[in-house]
Amino acid sequence: MGLLDAAITKHNVLVTSVDNVLNWARLSSLWPMGFGLACCAIEMMATNASNYDLERFGIFPRSSPRQSDLMIVAGTVTMKMAERVIRLYEQMPEPRYVLSMGSCSNCGGPYWEHGYHVLKGVDRVIPVDVYVPGCPPRPESLIGGLMKIQELIRMEQIGVSRADALKKLAEKSIDPQFVIDRERKATTA
Amino acid sequence: MEEGKVISQSVAESAAAYAIIHAQFGDALSAFDGNETMPFFEVLNTALWPEIALYMRDHPKLRFTYMACLSGVDYQAEEKVGIVCNIESLGQFNHKLAVKVKCARQGGSIPSVACVWHTANWHEREAYDMFGMLFTGHPDMKRILCPDDWEGYPLLKDYKVQESYHGIKVPY
Repeated sequence: MGLLDAAITKHNVLVTSVDNVLNWARLSSLWPMGFGLACCAIEMMATNASNYDLERFGIFPRSSPRQSDLMIVAGTVTMKMAERVIRLYEQMPEPRYVLSMGSCSNCGGPYWEHGYHVLKGVDRVIPVDVYVPGCPPRPESLIGGLMKIQELIRMEQIGVSRADALKKLAEKSIDPQFVIDRERKATTA
Repeated sequence: MEEGKVISQSVAESAAAYAIIHAQFGDALSAFDGNETMPFFEVLNTALWPEIALYMRDHPKLRFTYMACLSGVDYQAEEKVGIVCNIESLGQFNHKLAVKVKCARQGGSIPSVACVWHTANWHEREAYDMFGMLFTGHPDMKRILCPDDWEGYPLLKDYKVQESYHGIKVPY
């Protein structure tokens, strides 16, 4: 449950924990680092632009890793680029999050067998929090991944490690098939 | 070329251009291959290749002013690697020719034509990057796409990818 879902008393007083307030502030202003590596970046830019308007989530790209807390690895990571990606990741201040966008950065994508020059998954060099499948993923998928990052932030507390937060997130996840079936039934009915 | 065979206008023009080059360089060139897709000849005396290129570019009846592409090829069965240069005359003549130059597969070299067509500069570097033949006289002979410390030449038929690069595992 989000912070603003809590009932507000008639005196406009809201009682909650510091964790909740901090998490709410952090997840409402995720600043991804503005960099794209391949065709996924086009889709990422489309998501940033007016049709999908990421700014309504407080998400807008920053030009410096030092001002960012989210890295969207959008595209094919070549061996040459891998070292630069590590460098950029290390320049980001903590707490930082990594979203791997598209098949290439998830696992090498179409280059998995014969692409001698492609890193077979960006998780070989930096820790990844959320994977978004697709080649490239549609903006809806990317927004889904970003909301997963927001949920992850919501799971965090002082004294709770990232691994524990990810575990909590996994426990809370529901089987999407149920939702898909329900939507299908609704459209065919 | 077989006598009495009907050939298209474009191949005839390419054959005429070849005749002019052949008259100058003779045995340094192979016979003309007048196929419809890509009429070509091979440079047998590879040391003469820059001279031939310059002649093709500057002769008033040839004016091959434009290198459209330079590709590398691995002739594994012949133990050779080579390049295929697609050369055209922009805005002056309609003739087009492909020129093939080959060299030894291990440690072979081909004279550079980067001084004749600047296009060849990066293309030769790419051919070197992928096939490993050196271009003698090239102004900047180093890899262009792979990292400088990459091992092997990826487009060779028997290429095996290296196990790790700077401590990062390369194969899937």
